[in-house]
Amino acid sequence: MEAVADTMADVRVALRRDARHRTATALILVLPLALFLLLTFLVPIGALLWRAVDNPEIARAVPRTVAALARWDAASPPPDQAYAAFVADLQALREQTDAGMLARRLNTEVGGARSLVMNAWRAQPLPAAVDAAAVRAQLIALDPRWEEPWIWQAIAKNGARLTPDYLLASVDLKRAADGSIVTMEADRSAFRRILARTFGIAAIVTAIALVLAYPLAWWLSTMAPRRANVLLIVVLVPFWTSILVRVAAWIVLLQSGGLVNQALRGIGLIDQPLALLFNRTGVVIAMVHILLPFMVLPLYSVMKSIPRDYVRAAVSLGSHPLAAFLRVYVPQTYAGVAAGSLLVFILAIGYYVTPALLGGPEDQMLSYSVAQYANVHLDWGMACALGSVLLAATLVLYAIYRRLARMEPALA
Amino acid sequence: MKRLAALLPLIVIALHAHAEGTLTVVNFGGANSTAQKKAYYEPFEKSAGVKILPVEYNGEQAKVKAMVETGKVTWDVVEAESADLDRGCDEGLYEQLDWSRIGPKSDFLPAAVHACGIGIFVWSTVLAYDASRLKDPPKSWADFWDVKRFPGKRALRKNARFNLEFALMADGVKPAEVYKVLATKDGVERAFRKLAELRPHLQWWEAGAQPPQFLVAGDVVMASAYNGRIDAAQREGRNLAIAWAGGIYDLDYWAIPKGTPNRDLATRYIAFAVGPDRQAEFARLISYGPTAHKALTKLDAKTLALLPSAPANVKDALKFDFRFWSDHGEAMEKRFNAWVTQ
Amino acid sequence: MTLAETPLVRFAGVHKSYDGATLAVRDLDLDVQRGEFLTLLGPSGSGKTTTLMMLAGFETPSGGEILFDGRPITGTPPHRRNFGMVFQNYALFPHLTVGENVAYPLTVRRVSAAECTTRVNNALEMVRLGGLASRRPDQLSGGQRQRVALARALVFDPAMVLMDEPLGALDKQLREHMQVELKDLHRRLGVTFVYVTHDQGEALAMSDRVAVFNDGALQQVDTAERLYEEPANRFVASFVGDNTALAGHVAAIDADFADVTLDCHATLRGRLIGPAAPGTAVQVTIRPERVIVRDGGGANTVPATVQDVVYLGDHLRLRCGIDGRTTAIVKRPVGSGAAPAIGARTHLEFPAEHVRIYP
Repeated sequence: MEAVADTMADVRVALRRDARHRTATALILVLPLALFLLLTFLVPIGALLWRAVDNPEIARAVPRTVAALARWDAASPPPDQAYAAFVADLQALREQTDAGMLARRLNTEVGGARSLVMNAWRAQPLPAAVDAAAVRAQLIALDPRWEEPWIWQAIAKNGARLTPDYLLASVDLKRAADGSIVTMEADRSAFRRILARTFGIAAIVTAIALVLAYPLAWWLSTMAPRRANVLLIVVLVPFWTSILVRVAAWIVLLQSGGLVNQALRGIGLIDQPLALLFNRTGVVIAMVHILLPFMVLPLYSVMKSIPRDYVRAAVSLGSHPLAAFLRVYVPQTYAGVAAGSLLVFILAIGYYVTPALLGGPEDQMLSYSVAQYANVHLDWGMACALGSVLLAATLVLYAIYRRLARMEPALA
Repeated sequence: MKRLAALLPLIVIALHAHAEGTLTVVNFGGANSTAQKKAYYEPFEKSAGVKILPVEYNGEQAKVKAMVETGKVTWDVVEAESADLDRGCDEGLYEQLDWSRIGPKSDFLPAAVHACGIGIFVWSTVLAYDASRLKDPPKSWADFWDVKRFPGKRALRKNARFNLEFALMADGVKPAEVYKVLATKDGVERAFRKLAELRPHLQWWEAGAQPPQFLVAGDVVMASAYNGRIDAAQREGRNLAIAWAGGIYDLDYWAIPKGTPNRDLATRYIAFAVGPDRQAEFARLISYGPTAHKALTKLDAKTLALLPSAPANVKDALKFDFRFWSDHGEAMEKRFNAWVTQ
Repeated sequence: MTLAETPLVRFAGVHKSYDGATLAVRDLDLDVQRGEFLTLLGPSGSGKTTTLMMLAGFETPSGGEILFDGRPITGTPPHRRNFGMVFQNYALFPHLTVGENVAYPLTVRRVSAAECTTRVNNALEMVRLGGLASRRPDQLSGGQRQRVALARALVFDPAMVLMDEPLGALDKQLREHMQVELKDLHRRLGVTFVYVTHDQGEALAMSDRVAVFNDGALQQVDTAERLYEEPANRFVASFVGDNTALAGHVAAIDADFADVTLDCHATLRGRLIGPAAPGTAVQVTIRPERVIVRDGGGANTVPATVQDVVYLGDHLRLRCGIDGRTTAIVKRPVGSGAAPAIGARTHLEFPAEHVRIYP
């Protein structure tokens, strides 16, 4: 008995050693990819998420002022100590760049802060003053706006190293002076609308792509492989053309004097050129064109794997061929429909170049705002917050897909 | 093998010399770029024996910011609008300009002198139209807003800058009062309200080359446009015309992004190109006004009359207030964007 | 002809071509009798599957007519023919449960829910799969899937059941088991089965009648026994069952019998099938179990050398060389004397009443 137990213990040790060995081999094999993904994917996404809440400028540039304003109620006149601390902070800023960054950050909070701060910094050093009240008088003499509370409110609000403001603003919310979260003024809020529009355009594009791709993929799947491959290449041509070239081609085709309008006028269908460019129609047409392969390919690969016997079996059981197609064939393509739709939808919500070039301002999607904030306003915190919203939306969609797939195994 | 090894240092030196002999100059593209090439780039390439690599952009400061922040500065001289230069200077995007190597500041218009840059020409954003289509020429921004007398689409640049001023002038504010009104909350509301009035008739442009294209194609009846682009279209035989009243003039500057390895060459280039001969040549190629006093004396009356700085043209025009836009630009542009993407 | 004599299905001069040049099925005249188990047997490309598909309605004959109950059905679309069909890969709908699969033909026919449930359960009981209605097809074994397909093809009381190599994907043991079940089911239900296979053992084991196809043409339609014992031509003789075939020339003809001089100069007597005259080149065939091993010569006997002896449990299989060129196969029951040694010289007797001579 004892010998058997010993043997079994040996076997277990050997098994464990084997398992460890296999794990180590697996780790070594995936390590390069894991590192690659870490560096090219996770780190940038982490940086994006970090920048969406990062708020270093004010805490770094005027720490004394932030401390002096810590217990200020944001309503009464700011304490004299804050003025003294602010001047001390300004004098500690050696480089113009440091003052410029502070001015820029405060100016994104309140217009006018830039000149106020830069003028105060250029006036340094102020003559030595006896006490904080005298410093306050000096600053106000420099610019009477220093007496107003708004610049101090902006400093106090952004004293913390992290801020929720960018993320709040990306869904049209903001912090009021008392710290409560309220809705953005109507004439400054845009992102909820743009987000809804982004999803709306993506949904329309997905639906049209599905309607166009489904019969095409079915037709391809019924063909001899050699012919199907030739036609698939035709479908894939858009893949191989630069997106800018394609968009330029659409401009040539769709403009008021373009081929489409000329042809329609030539055959006498219309008198006035149709507005196909710089509106939703042009954006949707071009996006469907570009994204169609992403719908056709998953559908085709799923349909290719469905034997024709299924429909034949249904017909032999008494089903009308059309009913057999709808009840037996179509449900088996749900996995392809789901994969293609998810792919097209997720790609579509990130579209930028196509709406930017073919759409009007009313057709811009969230990526346009990201680009606008990153390139024009130089407000990278806001750009990153909007990017995070897009990322979150994508993850939510994927989660919904996974949930659906679990409930309906045909989707997986 | 040995021979190759001996050649290697030579190759390295040759490559290095080539890298040092290339200067990247960024401009606003189109007709402006063509004129700069003839008036500035080619003569400098000949005299200094270096190669100039022109790059076109639409004024996005983000690219400069990204280069400076990452320390990989590949642009050596950048053409910037006044508000961008001022902001970029404060925020450390641009080097301080070594004026001792450029020349006495008194040789230039006072507005051309800046710590981080030098004004290279005066340009104006004006009301332009196709004279062969509009027999009854529009004369002011009020006409631009008058969709009954002038039916059809209008084109404006897709940002708040200039458009808010135009809107106020169309609403009856005198040019001299525009920035005073715009500095008030009510003034901003008034400008946006007026802009909203015209919205159904608007088509937006982003690149300076677009408004003359829109006008020529007949897509729009009127457009705000850079006067030099209209001038270039006229030289190509297009019957486009300018209403100078209510135009907003400003200077474009050259600045050196902070941290470029070619700072010295960039300064040499700027000093060369802001000389009176070069500026006069540029003004002959495209009707943008020189900033060097002596350049004006080299131009004939016909050329002078086309410049935004000509007395007849500047009479009812508005000087762009970059300090206002430097302070309030961000808030205005964000609000404009929220509005325009509705 | 009275109704009772009308065959259930009649192929009348049917032919089918896919490319307009070659015929996949030619001049087919075949009757399917009410309630019989008819197997279409043949090698691949022989036209048996095309024939089944024409009967099902998935292929249209290029010429001729197919009659069902005396009425032409060539123009009837497959879903109106009311034939149950079982496919080689089962074709169970993977997104439906077993119960839903079997209920499919009933829902198509708008059978009420209650009746539907009863009939589905009965059908599943019939194939001994009661209680598995809520499973999905991918949770079943191959044999279970086959039975579901069968239940689905039978549940709506079809006029006939068509099966296209339904057991092809199963392993040997399961296949033999299913053969018994199919035959049993056929006997109990009395429905007409038309069954396609390339496996002659399967065809012989199950069918009332077998129709042998080769190269697009029907070779012989007969019961299993007659097919085996009285093959109509060389092809049927070689395709159905094992055979020893020897080449020779007719020496003399005597009514149904003929004497043949083999290439090895021996003379054999046997039953002549088909027209021949003295001198005609013929093939002499005999089933292995009919050959008798003898120590000495005699009538209808040829000398042979034992080349190989294979022990197969229930019998011994000898391979004997005749004249160094041809090989004869001999099947000997175990226990009928000592097995000959390899290399032993012996004699094989081919009893004349079991020898078939094909021109």
